[in-house]
Amino acid sequence: MTAGVDTTQTHDGPAAPADPARQSIVRSLLRTPRGLLTVGFLVVLFVASLLAPVVAPHDPLHQELKHALEGPSGQYWLGTDGLGRDVLSRLLYGGRSSLLGVLEGVVAHVIVAVPLGIAAGYLGGWTDRIITRVVDIVMSVPTIVILLALLTMFDRNISAAMITLGALSAAGTTRMIRAAALSVRGELFVSAAELLGLSRPQILFRHILPRCRGVIIVQVSLFAAVALGIQTGLTYLSLGPPPPAPTWGGMVADAASSVSNDPWLLVPAGGLIGITVLCFGILGDTVRDITAQSSTASAGLRAPRRRPEPATGAPEEGALLSVRELSVTFRTPSGDRDVLTSVSFDVQPGETLGLVGESGSGKTVTARAVLGLLENNGAVAHGSARFDGVDLLALPRKRWAALRGKRIALISQEPMVALDPSFTVGAQLREVVRAHDHSGRAEAHERVLELLRLVELPDPEEIVKQYPFQISGGMAQRVAIALALAGRPDLLVADEPTTALDVTVQAEILDLLRRLQQETGMAIVLVTHDWGVVADSCSRVAVMYAGQVVERADVEDVFRHPSHPYTRALMATSPEHAERGRPIAAIAGQVPAPGTWPTGCRFAARCPLMTEACRREPVAMVDLGEGRDSRCLMATSILEGTSA
Amino acid sequence: MLRVIGHRLLVSIPLLFIVTFAVFGLESLIPGNAAQTILGENATPAAVAQLNTQMGLNDPFFERYAHWVGHAVTGNFGSSVISGAPVWTSVVTRLGVTMSLLIPSLVLAAVAGVVLGMASAVRGGWLARLIDVVSLLGFALPSFWVGLILVSIFAVKLGVLPATGYTPLGTSPSEWIASITLPVVALSLYGITAIAKQTRDSASEVLDSDYIRFLRANGVPERSVLLKHVLRNSSIPVATSLGLISIGALGGTVFIENVFVLPGLGSLATQATLDHDIPVILGVALCFTLAVIAINLVIDLIYGLLNPKVRVS
Repeated sequence: MTAGVDTTQTHDGPAAPADPARQSIVRSLLRTPRGLLTVGFLVVLFVASLLAPVVAPHDPLHQELKHALEGPSGQYWLGTDGLGRDVLSRLLYGGRSSLLGVLEGVVAHVIVAVPLGIAAGYLGGWTDRIITRVVDIVMSVPTIVILLALLTMFDRNISAAMITLGALSAAGTTRMIRAAALSVRGELFVSAAELLGLSRPQILFRHILPRCRGVIIVQVSLFAAVALGIQTGLTYLSLGPPPPAPTWGGMVADAASSVSNDPWLLVPAGGLIGITVLCFGILGDTVRDITAQSSTASAGLRAPRRRPEPATGAPEEGALLSVRELSVTFRTPSGDRDVLTSVSFDVQPGETLGLVGESGSGKTVTARAVLGLLENNGAVAHGSARFDGVDLLALPRKRWAALRGKRIALISQEPMVALDPSFTVGAQLREVVRAHDHSGRAEAHERVLELLRLVELPDPEEIVKQYPFQISGGMAQRVAIALALAGRPDLLVADEPTTALDVTVQAEILDLLRRLQQETGMAIVLVTHDWGVVADSCSRVAVMYAGQVVERADVEDVFRHPSHPYTRALMATSPEHAERGRPIAAIAGQVPAPGTWPTGCRFAARCPLMTEACRREPVAMVDLGEGRDSRCLMATSILEGTSA
Repeated sequence: MLRVIGHRLLVSIPLLFIVTFAVFGLESLIPGNAAQTILGENATPAAVAQLNTQMGLNDPFFERYAHWVGHAVTGNFGSSVISGAPVWTSVVTRLGVTMSLLIPSLVLAAVAGVVLGMASAVRGGWLARLIDVVSLLGFALPSFWVGLILVSIFAVKLGVLPATGYTPLGTSPSEWIASITLPVVALSLYGITAIAKQTRDSASEVLDSDYIRFLRANGVPERSVLLKHVLRNSSIPVATSLGLISIGALGGTVFIENVFVLPGLGSLATQATLDHDIPVILGVALCFTLAVIAINLVIDLIYGLLNPKVRVS
């Protein structure tokens, strides 16, 4: 998620370097249903195998030939094998060698991976370089053949094989732990601990190791899954304990020999192996989800797409784009969250509207919603966006194709990531040109060069051959503008087009946009937090705060008499307004995150003019005449105060 | 690009030494006497002494290793202590079987995995959940067991495909296909699901990236967005993960060849292990390592082709 809906912000105090990993992973694991189920199964399995002599209903070696190959029954819960032995009892006894093998592997894995990974990550330097090299090489070792070689020399010594497996596959885990230790080392509380004079072992055991716990548990449970697969595979190849000793793999091999007359026998052994491997795997995944940053948790979420309720407000006379009562909801792991409520604004043909606000105010979400390009977990709940008579928010996907690039185009915030890194600049431009003009190759090439000249790029012939990562940010933004103009759009949505650029380049890009607008007559929606950009480029502004528009007005009016306390405060923070030699003003506090919005005025907590009335109920837009509105109960008196 | 290949070859040399040295080292760790282990407990002292001399087991460790390396470089890997057949010949004749199992499996895993992963990232919903469940199964079920289940369904019950055995491609292409179908499916299941998951994750990330939003917004047709831009960019991390998946699949041939009784390197290795045939297992280890190096090289090349940053710099 980007600036628009950053719901995962944390507010760390600068002074206290607290260790954030102190809560127990095991406890959080057992609180999830998945975690409880898998840990429960594994514990039961371990205990049952350990107590096999007590709990097994039959002797695993006792043959009852007259009961051979029987299906499940009251006497033999999982049936009998080809020699009439009880399958359940054999599984329980076989579990002992399988789980012991896994355990041996895990111990070796941890003993090798944890010290190496932490040493590489925490000490860095030569230690790191050597360990990383060795890890790279060992990761390519064909482990199975080494295990077979080992078993060639050490007859049926599965323990030695499992220990070797644990050590060899520690390479991948070492790499993961190294990465974790490296990131912890860079954190504030570790440097603080170093400054306080804690010794290295103290830092390692009290700070680094606990923070790597999550990675270690994840990797170890994934390894346990692999180890069990290999252990059963080796015993399947009869490289394990000699018959008649029960092993899971050996039972699969026994079942295979009678597969033509009794395929059922494959089920208990294979099923138990599968379930156990699965439990180790799910355990790892669950711990990863618990310890990972919550920002990835909403990745798979999708908000239901349905036709939004249309708005009732009438569009402005002659408007090219008229957004009314736009509300957007995002689906998050902790439920649905409103991120925009009832956003309305209009854009006239040929004009530039500034959409202004701090990050987190909802500007970018507004732009994306209008373009029909919200993330998968976002959906428009309410509102309409009439563009040339068509409601964009109710438009089926297919009809969007006729508008994109041809009527409405976009340039985005970070030019360096706006172009596909796998294709040359020329290839991308040509593709867009051909999609719009249905032209041939040569014709399209000419048009591409023309567009590049239009955005004042020198040497277009050379630029088309470059990949996006070979050109500078300013050049990339010009290429992006050229691409957006390829379809000769009537409306250009520019989402913070200069934020990521150097100041001198910023001015050039804004000049370019102004010139192009004069030549083509397109309208621009300019999303920005920069009042300097607003003053230079916009004719009207809509100021946004916490998912709402709080003020709408002509640019000159806003600069002369802002009618909302937020607009006023925001303008005071702009560097252009700062007095020489005095610190730049800042608005105390933060934009409240979606989901934490108060019932009343959303700016109330930070507002110098706040009264009891402000907190009581939602504040409506107040029409101040002359095309001005303000979402403030005091708007009229503010205006009178400043104009008097 | 040349630098990438050069780097790969450079790290491959230590890999070759590590693997062969490890196998050799294991041999010297054998409690008691290697010749005794090979010949079994009932061997006469005279036979043990003869084998010791024949294999040079009385020489110091490093001398023996240097000796083996010296011979190996000229293509002489000794001969099987059981059959007396030259190791190199049996390894080379069996390599074809293993490759005709491994290569189709990897191709199937890559194609099916990428298609399923893309579909799941784009469509979401029930398809994504289905793929989640199937990939859990692919992760959890051991390939040899899946192979046996396939045999019991398609060979025993339906009788449409042979349960065991191998027909060389040269003898009969249709029978070759029939003989490798079930083994290839069993071997590739894990790869398919792992690649599907990786593709789904990276495609979801690419779908949410700025450049896809930008290209879409400015009129690149949806077909091209998905099949050209998303596919190309999400396949880069997939190519990386293909390396480890291939090494895993190479190991998997050991189990699959035993299930389907295919005369490949894997079954040679198993037999050598059961027979304590040290020269053969050394030859197989070397051959597997060379296969890994070849796989890594191919993947480096694919990666370079997919990622212009490697090609340009």
